[in-house]
Amino acid sequence: MFDFIIRHLLSFLIFVPVAGAAALLLVRDARAARSIALLVSLVELGLCVPLLANFDTATATMQFVEGLDNNLPWIKAWDIYYKLGVDGISVLFVALTALLTTISIMVSWKAVTERVREFMAAMLFLEAGMIGVFTALDLFLFYIFWEAMLIPMYLLIGVWGGPNRIYAAIKFFLYTLVGSVLMLVAILAVYFAAGKTFDVLALMQYKYSYTFQLYAFAAFFAAFAVKVPMFPFHTWLPDAHVEAPTAGSIILAGILIKMGAYGFIRFSLPFFPDAAMSWTPAIMVLSVIAIIYGAYMAFAQTDFKKLIAYSSVSHMGFVTLGIFALNSQGLEGGILQMLNHGVSTGALFLAVGIIYERTHTRMIADYGGIAARVPVYATFLMIITLSSIGLPGTNGFIGEFAILLGAFQHSAPYAVIASIGIVLGAGYMLWLYQRIAFGTITNPHNEHLADMNVREVAAALPLVALVFIVGLYPNAAFSFMHASVSNLIQHVNAKAQVAPAVAQIITRALGN
Amino acid sequence: MLKYALIPLLPFTGFLIAGLFGKYLKEKAAFVAIAGVVGAFVLSVSVFLDVLGGKIIDENLYSWISIGSFSVNVGFQIDQLTSVMLLVVTTLSSLIHVYSVGYMHGDKGYARFFAYLELFTFFMLVLVMANNFLLMFVGWEGVGLCSYLLIGFWYEKKSAADAGVKAFVVNRVGDFGFILGMLLIFVTFGTLDFTDVFKAVATPAANHTYLLFGAEVGVVTLIALLLFVGATGKSAQLPLYVWLPDAMEGPTPVSALIHAATMVTAGVFMVARCAPIFSLSPTAMNVVAVTGGLTAIFAATIGLVQNDIKRVIAYSTISQLGYMFLGLGVGAFSAGIFHLTTHAFFKGLLFLAAGSVIHALSGEQDMRKMGALRPKIKITFWVFYLGSFALAGIFPLAGFFSKDEILWSAYSSSELGRVLWVLGITGAFLTAFYSFRLINLTFRGKSRIDPEVAHHVHESPKVMTIPLIILAFFSVTIGWIGMPGALIPHSNLFGDFLAPVFPAAEHAAEGTHGLERWLMIFSVFVALAGIRLAYSLYVKHTAWPERIAKGFRGAYNLLLNKYRVDEIYNYIFVDGLVHRVARLLYTVGDVKIVDGAVNGIAKLIGKTSDRGRRVQSGYVQQYAFTMGLGLALLAGLYYILK
Repeated sequence: MFDFIIRHLLSFLIFVPVAGAAALLLVRDARAARSIALLVSLVELGLCVPLLANFDTATATMQFVEGLDNNLPWIKAWDIYYKLGVDGISVLFVALTALLTTISIMVSWKAVTERVREFMAAMLFLEAGMIGVFTALDLFLFYIFWEAMLIPMYLLIGVWGGPNRIYAAIKFFLYTLVGSVLMLVAILAVYFAAGKTFDVLALMQYKYSYTFQLYAFAAFFAAFAVKVPMFPFHTWLPDAHVEAPTAGSIILAGILIKMGAYGFIRFSLPFFPDAAMSWTPAIMVLSVIAIIYGAYMAFAQTDFKKLIAYSSVSHMGFVTLGIFALNSQGLEGGILQMLNHGVSTGALFLAVGIIYERTHTRMIADYGGIAARVPVYATFLMIITLSSIGLPGTNGFIGEFAILLGAFQHSAPYAVIASIGIVLGAGYMLWLYQRIAFGTITNPHNEHLADMNVREVAAALPLVALVFIVGLYPNAAFSFMHASVSNLIQHVNAKAQVAPAVAQIITRALGN
Repeated sequence: MLKYALIPLLPFTGFLIAGLFGKYLKEKAAFVAIAGVVGAFVLSVSVFLDVLGGKIIDENLYSWISIGSFSVNVGFQIDQLTSVMLLVVTTLSSLIHVYSVGYMHGDKGYARFFAYLELFTFFMLVLVMANNFLLMFVGWEGVGLCSYLLIGFWYEKKSAADAGVKAFVVNRVGDFGFILGMLLIFVTFGTLDFTDVFKAVATPAANHTYLLFGAEVGVVTLIALLLFVGATGKSAQLPLYVWLPDAMEGPTPVSALIHAATMVTAGVFMVARCAPIFSLSPTAMNVVAVTGGLTAIFAATIGLVQNDIKRVIAYSTISQLGYMFLGLGVGAFSAGIFHLTTHAFFKGLLFLAAGSVIHALSGEQDMRKMGALRPKIKITFWVFYLGSFALAGIFPLAGFFSKDEILWSAYSSSELGRVLWVLGITGAFLTAFYSFRLINLTFRGKSRIDPEVAHHVHESPKVMTIPLIILAFFSVTIGWIGMPGALIPHSNLFGDFLAPVFPAAEHAAEGTHGLERWLMIFSVFVALAGIRLAYSLYVKHTAWPERIAKGFRGAYNLLLNKYRVDEIYNYIFVDGLVHRVARLLYTVGDVKIVDGAVNGIAKLIGKTSDRGRRVQSGYVQQYAFTMGLGLALLAGLYYILK
């Protein structure tokens, strides 16, 4: 039995939540629904233990593979197969998904009181979709998961969201869909160009013509850049976060927006290395703008959640900066920063949710002075704030520093400008903390705030632990990545010709 | 190795216990904290003896970050410089812990206070023990965090919380330089380990140059300058000194430990640690020396007119840190560290003694509401008196030896050095003056104390006065370990001990001892003049200061308002960039333009499809007509193309 599970671990990871969601249909009671969902998410978390423990960090090849030899056809006429596998780039995201889902279910325990069963089912479907995205090795299968994930998230925002939820949900759905549709076109183009295959590993080996790459890269970019979100495609994110329920925000910030960056690493770079090189300067510039602009926008926010949303734009700018530096420090730093951001921003939204449940306001001005009333909460928020501003000793520092190292080697000016983001980050986060926790209580409603309860502490503790574990021993995370990342870099460099920058192509075209 | 690792880990354990169980421990938390830091002190003494016996350590504990060619360890380097810092930090920290038992008694954040103090000690020890830049940076930002937490310790007070944020953010501006410096070091030399980097600066890799704003800058100079930006933040030099005076919002023991004796000297320590880099770049050295010299006199002038007892000492700290950088910048690294050491004792003493005064006056800090305290709090007065003499540089107290070594090194170094010497000696006059202005306003003359408060004036408890007496003892004697050769040959034990760490300074010829002696006498004379002037103005002719202030109203107000630097910074950065511009950019740029474009496209599509929708009118006749038209068109096309 155990052996069977190990051999089909990824399928289990995808279908256990689906089965859990189906089981939810059988119960009526809200309490039972919560318990079943939590149980399923814990089983899922348990499945991640053998995943990480049996993962061979020494190799870059796909592991826990299923159906790689085309023995699991799905739509055979179109060469669509069921293929799964993880490598050092994706494996940690699977684990993070399982962890954040569990935390999200815990934090929704009391916060969600209506349609609990449906809510929990949506959470579990979402989890299945996300794990599918990180493990699919068939491009079509990937696309199905990629789009399938949108639906539960759309529902989470649209049904259980705030007052302006319909606007936010539709904006989120359409914006990401438009990008994804362009990607679908490119997926089909790639399928035909490479001789009718959706096999991701085969597509990586195929050499596409330079012009083809330029367009296909741009089409994938449309999907991924919206998802990240990169400047100037970011405006759906603040709206979605503000309206989403706490669980939705945690998943959105923690996992969903990582998929854009993951897509760059998994598909854009290995498929289209020449185009990637050509597009790099433009992407680096957009990344640096996102870092500074996102941070700067955060200063202007009066809404707790919106501020964190803009800080996410800034942090994800670091991620794309690192990825496109295309060296080991930048890429591994970028991947680690994605995980870090999942942990610390997930925790920040958890913190917002905990306090929102008590006060029903997200306005920063409605707080102030709560440190004296809720010391445990204030400590939790402080630790996460420090992680978010990248204090050495926390996870945030390791990611940012590795990215800056990578970017500096790629081209120093980007790193110099990005470093300004670190100064700004300290500014808006500490100012936020001050306005929430310090001073005297001005809002009488906050006089009798209750501190975090055991359930909330239990939800927060794993994230706090990760902040320090990664901060003090990041090699635990990096060791998973080394082989896959260096393999990727070799692959890209071997495949890529000396490619002109897009800017040069345009000037040349204009010159002619 | 365990012994070395325990030095920071003991305070860290204290932090965990006091922090996690403070609620239950209450005031017993202090014992846990003191045990942690005294343990670190004992180990530091033992380590110092090891180093004295020639045992230098550079060992790695574990691999911290390793990606591709980049690799950094958690490891310690214990050499002469580190061992001196260990002694300074743990001694001061221990004494100030003990003092705090009395000072913080009854505060509702008692356990939290000691937890932070322990955490600070931990990070400070990591900072001085690190064997590479990145680990040093952990300590560097860690002490900044503790400084932030402790400045804002009474967080319900808005000014305290503001000051904390200001300190952290201004320090981050400096850290921006530090981070870039590290990046450049790694890119140039491929390592961040002190030993390897300091070896590599002698290789051709160090000859690389960058074109910056049209000027050719050597990579070593660039690295040194970037690191120095970090130092100006942490050690409160021009133009990043603005956070330190505000940091006085924190409890006074914090001002003594963090904002006088230890953390603020981290920049000095870092530059000294990087002496092999700095000494290769005359440009960087000059920048360090000039920044130090200017800061020394700049801060001293502000200190002349301040009325808050702690702020006077704070500006004095900025000024004295300037002297340390002046020393480093003219190549007298060990003199800079010597002044760091003596300053730690007498400035720690002055702050704690000021705390004792504030304690006696139920929290009053305004010197205009003090006076004639001498007979009432005798111990505090005497230690304050000794500390001020030490600060003023009166022979044979601690400050005399260290300050004079710096001044002499400046004088004998170069033309520029002689200019800086003038700044330094002027600063010495100002220092003596403001120190004794403070003494006279506080302890002598007529009492201006609020009668309500006057009833309760009392000497501090023993747990506070004993640390004061110990510090006073050191403030008198600690300078004797670094006597100048001009007085007694071969008596600069301190300099000889540190000599292996620093590049050999070009010693002035032996024949100049005569000149050195004359300059020493001159500087003592200058200090005495300052003291005498303070006596005239604040004891004898107490009406004069007001008259002078009236006569030079413009200059007086400029100094009183600290050259309005805070206002200018506030206007540009806080009100301008953070509030107005960010707000404008958000409401116009993000909401109207970026998001406006998104919603605009959606609206456009909505409108066009709304038009298109009208085609489907539901009238069968219209559909039949369109179909007929289409058929006719197709038929027409068929015939044309056939």
